[in-house]
Amino acid sequence: MKFIKNTLDKMRPSFEKGGKLHAFHSLFDAIDTLMFVPATTTTKGCHIRDAVDNKRTMITVFIALLPALLFGMYNIGYQHYLSIGDIVAGDYCANFWNNFGYGFLKVLPLLLVSYIVGLGIEVIFAQIRGHEVSEGYFVTGLLIPMICPPDVPLWQLALAVAFAVIIGKEVFGGTGYNFLNPALVARAFLFFSYPIQMSGDTVWIAEKADAYSGATPLGEMIAGAQLPSASIMDMFVGFMPGCVGETSVIAILIGALILLLSGVASWRVMLSVFAGGAVMGLIFNAVGANDYMNMPFYYHYLIGGFMFGAVFMATDPVTAAHTNTGKYIYGFLIGIMAVLIRVVNPAYPEGMMLAILLMNVFAPLIDYYVVDANIRRRAKRAKLVNNK
Amino acid sequence: MSKAIKITKGLDLKLYGEPMPEVVETFVGEYALKPKDFIGLIPKLLIEEGERVKAGTPLFYAKGKEKVLFTSPVSGVVKQVKRGAKRVIEEVIISADETIEYLDFGISDISELAAEQIKEKLLNSGVWTVLRQRPYSVVPNPDTTPKCIIVSGFSSAPLAPDYSVLLKGLKAELQVGIDALKKMTGVTIHVNLPAQKGKSEELAQLQNVQINTFEGKHPCGNVSVQIEKLDPINKSERVWYLDAQDLVVIGRLFLEGKYNTERLIALTGQEVSHPQYYKVRKGANISSLIYNNTTAVDLRIISGNVLSGTRIEKDGFISAYDNQITIIKEGNEAEFMGWLAPGTKKFSFSRTFLAGFLTNCCNRKYKVDTNLHGGRRPFVVTGEFEKVFPMDIYPMQLIKACVIEDIDMMEQLGIYEVDPEDFALCELIDSSKTDIQDIVRNGLELMRKEMGE
Repeated sequence: MKFIKNTLDKMRPSFEKGGKLHAFHSLFDAIDTLMFVPATTTTKGCHIRDAVDNKRTMITVFIALLPALLFGMYNIGYQHYLSIGDIVAGDYCANFWNNFGYGFLKVLPLLLVSYIVGLGIEVIFAQIRGHEVSEGYFVTGLLIPMICPPDVPLWQLALAVAFAVIIGKEVFGGTGYNFLNPALVARAFLFFSYPIQMSGDTVWIAEKADAYSGATPLGEMIAGAQLPSASIMDMFVGFMPGCVGETSVIAILIGALILLLSGVASWRVMLSVFAGGAVMGLIFNAVGANDYMNMPFYYHYLIGGFMFGAVFMATDPVTAAHTNTGKYIYGFLIGIMAVLIRVVNPAYPEGMMLAILLMNVFAPLIDYYVVDANIRRRAKRAKLVNNK
Repeated sequence: MSKAIKITKGLDLKLYGEPMPEVVETFVGEYALKPKDFIGLIPKLLIEEGERVKAGTPLFYAKGKEKVLFTSPVSGVVKQVKRGAKRVIEEVIISADETIEYLDFGISDISELAAEQIKEKLLNSGVWTVLRQRPYSVVPNPDTTPKCIIVSGFSSAPLAPDYSVLLKGLKAELQVGIDALKKMTGVTIHVNLPAQKGKSEELAQLQNVQINTFEGKHPCGNVSVQIEKLDPINKSERVWYLDAQDLVVIGRLFLEGKYNTERLIALTGQEVSHPQYYKVRKGANISSLIYNNTTAVDLRIISGNVLSGTRIEKDGFISAYDNQITIIKEGNEAEFMGWLAPGTKKFSFSRTFLAGFLTNCCNRKYKVDTNLHGGRRPFVVTGEFEKVFPMDIYPMQLIKACVIEDIDMMEQLGIYEVDPEDFALCELIDSSKTDIQDIVRNGLELMRKEMGE
């Protein structure tokens, strides 16, 4: 530790103003503060401060994402070997290390591209603006690969990451100022720019054999199936084709537990997304005009990205509603919209991404009316006094 | 018509160094009046260096409020008028006599005085300055009247002094203080007491007042929170407030005819070897109090509490409205991968550290230092401030209105009802390390300049 500290201290002068490497001072700061919580002390106001900082908050989300990521890797391998006939369906543990190794090698390049491109841009912006590199991309960089199909071309991913970081976040001022969830901006960019690689029945299993059906449960439903072909147990555990990190409900629930116990994600948002999804699902059950509408409402939790979106995307504090009352409304409408888009819209099988992006746009409006109620209450009180 | 109010939001910070209920009487050689303790004050000097003063001799007056005099707490010689940048007066320092001579303001019976006479006496003796006005926390303009007066009878801040110790045996003075304020203004006087420990019997027995009890975590002792629950401030309304120890000063003015600011202050904090009470006067120098009574580390000395107090030097003076000194460790050491460690010993309101869970299950005490624990960032996390902010106000939105200096928005969101200290807990738990109290103070100062007091 002492050695690292000394090395960093020795290097610092050349990165300071006037030093040879001043052009890279943001990168140096980022590494320095990553290694050591700085010795800065309070100057104004409260003399002591909570041990929590944004790094800590972000690492908590990062840890919460790991179960879904690791399971996602395993599932990629499992789906691949299943499709080429090396294993038989239902034999989940055979070929364990091959499955995981295959998935790991598939996902690793995605992660590398995401982090190198994204952090590179973040560092450049921090350098230009003269502030520290923010931790937001720590999580976004992991989220983006997790909501992509395993075979997404790396150059497309790189473009999407660049678009998300620059247009989704940095043009508004960086982490904390953006109004759209940057990871979803990347997903939407890919979805609308490269639909061939992002939709259909062939992209969800890595290097799948041509003869094997690679339809996701969502795809089957939109194609008119009565119910998804995968069993409830398979969908709950996560053995179905889909994006890297979205398939396993159980792994996502472990993440949700971490987020809720640590208090990092808002339970209000999470709960109301599920409530909204259930309400809309039940309404469709009541209407019952086709097989999709008749699908039991809890299937919506199991298929596609509903679970992942509810736990990791909708709860992003920056782009969600900021007031507690607003969070209920925001989450509830996400649930409603996601199921509505899934069932009624023929073009987009997955409604979660669009629902969250849509409500990101409306979150400030929701907050406006919630805060306005407080303003009115205060104005009314003042009026009462004046009338006396 | 007393009220019992329960507050559910907030945070009790338990630290080491609570004051023992032992009182030490000690001679303090120097006293000072610091114009900075009084918000918005532009002092006009009335004395020169080397002049002799008595306790009650005016040292300066307030520009714009000429009737408000600031008087010396002790008799002695004006040692120094200490100036800072741009020749702003920072401290007027007095070398104190061993036995204090008082200027005689005359003993008088409240019942025989008219409201105007009481006011005049308070102004001439400098006792008026114990009063403060919400909004803005300024010394009130003598030409205005409040809608009610709050006597703050306890503090819920970390390591706060126990008011049952501070006010022991001062019942007569307190009652006369109440009578004077009541006769002068004619408005309701609220005496606010804690429901739990630290309740002063002397205050509980006062006549002619409305006694209210507050139960809950910090900031239930903050005046803003109490006003909001009792009689919220609307635009162009004023509430006056004062600390119970200052009520004693008012009482003594009429009982003894003197400006006698004798009081107890608590020396607290984990770096104090013997945390206890000291009998001093307003504006006492602290060097003799902390001499041989602290650990040897790099220290942060605070006049007030750790949340909203002011930093002072080790030969500095306690601020006018404080009755507590807190001493903690400076946290100027870098910590290896501090954001990654499980963190069982760190203080955190969030539950991202193991310690966060533990706080909820046991009455844990914490060792703290002044480290910022991270870098400054834009606001990212939402919904946290609301957990420690017990008023019907949206803290984050109000802070943002202050940042963008939107006067209408600040007014609509309730800026008149708050003081920077109410945001201290928000600042404490903020993961973005924003200087929130400073932002709110600037917002309030902007309002004061635009709207007048």
